[in-house]
Amino acid sequence: MNNADRGNRPLSPHLSIYRPQLTSITSILIRITGNALIVCVFLIVWWLFSAATSPQYFEVVDGIINSWFGTLILISSLWAVWYHLLGGLRHLIWDRAIGLDLKTAEYLGWAVILGSFLLTITTVVILW
Amino acid sequence: MVQLRLPKNSRVLTGKTWPKPENASNIRKFKIYRWSPDDDENPRVDTYFVDLDNCGPMILDALIKIKSEIDPTLTFRRSCREGICGSCAMNIDGINTLACIYGLDEVKGDVNIYPLPHMPVIKDLIPDLTNFYAQHASIMPWLETKTNRPAKEWKQSIEDRKKLDGLYECVMCASCSTSCPSYWWNSDRYLGPAALLHAYRWIIDSRDQATDERLEDLDDPFKLYRCHTIMNCAKTCPKGLNPALAIAEVKKLMVEKTN
Repeated sequence: MNNADRGNRPLSPHLSIYRPQLTSITSILIRITGNALIVCVFLIVWWLFSAATSPQYFEVVDGIINSWFGTLILISSLWAVWYHLLGGLRHLIWDRAIGLDLKTAEYLGWAVILGSFLLTITTVVILW
Repeated sequence: MVQLRLPKNSRVLTGKTWPKPENASNIRKFKIYRWSPDDDENPRVDTYFVDLDNCGPMILDALIKIKSEIDPTLTFRRSCREGICGSCAMNIDGINTLACIYGLDEVKGDVNIYPLPHMPVIKDLIPDLTNFYAQHASIMPWLETKTNRPAKEWKQSIEDRKKLDGLYECVMCASCSTSCPSYWWNSDRYLGPAALLHAYRWIIDSRDQATDERLEDLDDPFKLYRCHTIMNCAKTCPKGLNPALAIAEVKKLMVEKTN
């Protein structure tokens, strides 16, 4: 249908000119956190794999995991887990066709953002 | 398909800066997307200066002023100037809306105006809406009945009529569909918020007798389910409607149908 003869017509700008919205940012972050967590899963599997291989190998990988960079990745991943979970809960609410008026939807957006940070801090404090 | 960069022929260049009006103290800068099919050049953004002391209050007033006093080649659609025809939908200050009911005072700083996003451009601010209208037609936007025609009219209770509020007001300006990232990437298969809002408008119409067929037709991974509740549609609708909610209602009915 959209292949109707358009000649050499240009495509109008989209992502580069559209103002980011709270709802669109919180939406794309669900996808980004979901995908980023795959990296974290590989990291943890690598850690377990090394533990099952040899003490020397484990020491190397454990060193990486416990370096400031490894800690940064793990804490970001922890935030990503919480964000993804809360975002998913928001979708469960929306699937019942409730909370979709703009005011509630944006309120839920802030709740997901603030909630994810609060839960991350709480988890770090408890686990540290 | 997701394609973040514009095709080569669509990348926007810096255009011409038109002269400032003389003896004006209250000047506003407008940056407006331009493209003409009559040469082989890429789109560009021209800069205009408008004397606001001598201009109506709406974005459309400024566009008409530019066209009649500065640059008669500037091309855009407009008709009713009161938000009911849907012709002057465009991207103003980063959101899609109707130029005729969007106030100049609602924009801070320079006024950036582009055609509706991710659409083939016919000229300047005029997008090709062929596909958008075809999608609207595909949802059968009319009353489908099977029983015999009543002697007078198809009756509807006040309660049932109320279900159409927030749906029938749509003026088909395409602001919502062209604000939707999902529609940007999949407009060939995803129907988009406007067509789906209209689909729901007929699905819940108590007089309509083709509800099952309508739902059946939408039961498709792309037509309906590319909606990921991004909600740009509801946020941008110049009539204050909520296509995201209408789509959620359709998805809900789909689940109830399967059970």
